[in-house]
Amino acid sequence: MTSATVAPTASGVWSVVVGQPGAVEVLSAAAEAAAAVVAGGEASPGAMTHAWLFTGPPGSGRSVAAKAFAAALQCTVTDDRPGCGECAGCRTALAGTHADVRVVVPEGLSISVAEMRALVQTAARRPTSGRWQVVIIEDADRLTEGAANALLKAVEEPPPRTVFLLCAPSDHPDDVSVTIRSRCRVIALRTPPASAIADVLVRRDGVAQAKAAWAASVCGGHVGRARRLATDPAAEQRREAVLRIPLGLRRAADVFTCADELVKTAEAEASEVNDTRNEAERQALETAMGAGGTGKGTASATRGAKGAMKDLERRQKSRSTRTQRDSLDLALVDLAGFYRDVLITATGAREVSLNHPDRAADVATAAASWSAESALRRLEAVLACREALEINVKPRIAIEAMITALHRG
Amino acid sequence: MNAPAVTPDPLHLILGDEELLVERAVRTAFEAARLADSQADLTRVRVTDLTPPELAELVSPSLFAEGRVIVLEAAQEAGKEIADAVISYCAHPADGITLVVVHTGGGRSKVAKELPAALRKAGARVTECPKLTKPADRDAFVRNEVRAAGGKIDPEGVAALVEAVGSDLRELAAAASQLVADSAGKVNADAVRRYHRGRAEVTGFAVAEKAVIGDRAGAMEALRWAMQTGVAHVLVADALADAVRTVARVSAVGRADPFQLAGQLGMPPWKVKKAQGQARGWTEQGLAECMQVVAGLNADVKGAAADPDYALERAVLRIVAAHQQRGR
Ligand SMILES: [Zn+2]
Repeated sequence: MTSATVAPTASGVWSVVVGQPGAVEVLSAAAEAAAAVVAGGEASPGAMTHAWLFTGPPGSGRSVAAKAFAAALQCTVTDDRPGCGECAGCRTALAGTHADVRVVVPEGLSISVAEMRALVQTAARRPTSGRWQVVIIEDADRLTEGAANALLKAVEEPPPRTVFLLCAPSDHPDDVSVTIRSRCRVIALRTPPASAIADVLVRRDGVAQAKAAWAASVCGGHVGRARRLATDPAAEQRREAVLRIPLGLRRAADVFTCADELVKTAEAEASEVNDTRNEAERQALETAMGAGGTGKGTASATRGAKGAMKDLERRQKSRSTRTQRDSLDLALVDLAGFYRDVLITATGAREVSLNHPDRAADVATAAASWSAESALRRLEAVLACREALEINVKPRIAIEAMITALHRG
Repeated sequence: MNAPAVTPDPLHLILGDEELLVERAVRTAFEAARLADSQADLTRVRVTDLTPPELAELVSPSLFAEGRVIVLEAAQEAGKEIADAVISYCAHPADGITLVVVHTGGGRSKVAKELPAALRKAGARVTECPKLTKPADRDAFVRNEVRAAGGKIDPEGVAALVEAVGSDLRELAAAASQLVADSAGKVNADAVRRYHRGRAEVTGFAVAEKAVIGDRAGAMEALRWAMQTGVAHVLVADALADAVRTVARVSAVGRADPFQLAGQLGMPPWKVKKAQGQARGWTEQGLAECMQVVAGLNADVKGAAADPDYALERAVLRIVAAHQQRGR
């Protein structure tokens, strides 16, 4: 399947990997070698390996690339270009329903040792499809030391048909243990160019050209963020509200109004994202527990059910905290981008593109009225707030302190 | 003067070093003397501060013949002279005088060690107050305290109380009587937890209240007390943050009627009014600094600082210092 506008490497499952021709080349060669192994033939040496680490800045599509690779490994089309995107193997792998592809997303703030051991055990089973057992670990930087050690054993002596795909942001490369990193082949993704992002929004999501170009220009290279901004009016409004803050802080009382709005928006977003899912999980658990019926053992079953319910509630709370924090972080990234733009504009560096080109007028106003030092202090306040949230400082306290600093300059 | 209905014991020996129990035994002796003579007064003196002539003067009959209770503290440190003077007095105690000898049971010199035996021989009323070292004794103490206050406590309640309060008898006793009063007599683990939470909040709150009005000595004392009684660092940090941001929020909107502001700020009117009072003397700059201080502190008590005690102390001092800035 080829078309006039899409390069051959970006067809099939690879079309979701936006703006990463180098990575796609390496991965499709590996998938071809893997297919040769499955077919019982000779693989070109060094092309396929059992452990991969996908790194790249936020939004570069680490997990998307890993999933595309997983799909190519499960592709059942027997030509020499696996990853057709059409066969059952490709489709179920991409949709997350393939029996031999496991995706681990740390729902709390880290993956426990117990979870990792269980995972390593399943990964050692023979693939049901006769192809590969694939385990994708998103945010491998959030592994605890114990979990990383449990994983390391499996990575060091991998079962013959098991493949581990780890994803971690490149801004904290040290977060993935050096030993694990040394056992993996690294796929370094880059920030996709705005043109590639706009292109995928138009082709895959049917977004109008102008809107796609705008979303691609303000998303900071984050494909998912661009899609959200282009397709969800609420997301666009939230961004507007955040970017009104820098010039909107006039009176001392505005500090608390703004902080309150930011925190409440994050809370609302967390419940919007999680409520339906929480309820579904609760009902599923109740059904599963209730299936035992009456009779002997019911009392102990009830005790077990209570424990399981508590456990579920704890996980849901942890997930909600994380959603809230992610939502605030998104706002902080936008804010930091604004102050960076002010600094860039103040120095007159025209060749550097702005984070928020659609806010160029506000940025110019700010650059004309603030000293470079005060713009820098403001930027630092935003970055300090991100760090504070990362180490669990109460959001309201951290945000209010930040906005106080933004107000004073 | 009529003869007293009750004749108090003229000699008391209080033996042991469990402070609270010793204190109570002294009080009991004093109360007994007061029953006989409502004018009786109390004199406390350390044995090492006393010479034999001074002792003679203390126990000599007074012109006005009012009763006297004389407490000789730390008798285990007595030297030979004063020990002999005490023993010879015991042979002929004076009328209307109650002599209370407080002795830990130990002692460095031979005479000091022998003092308790001599007092027993002289017929002193003995109250033993040994340190409660065994958990079972401490638990029994808690049960007794609750019973004495007119309540009942179950074993889980006892365990929870000891866990929350620690082994200091004074604290345990205070908590026990408060708990009986709070829970209408029936004390259980839930009541203990509620009590302890409330107390911790009150203590953290006290630190914050002093800090935001710039009372350095008061804030530091309250903080030390909070740390000694084991209030969680996070609770004190939260109280400080809440106090600072409340003052900052209220002063940011300017002076206005508390009842009007209450709705706008989503706070009860009394809180607004109080914060308006606390806001006096603050500059906007000072408050802005404090907002950074409490945010940093929140990180510190959540593990960013190696020593959270010190982090709290430093934050309190910085808030007080920011309060003292005048104008810009
Ligand atoms: Zn396929």
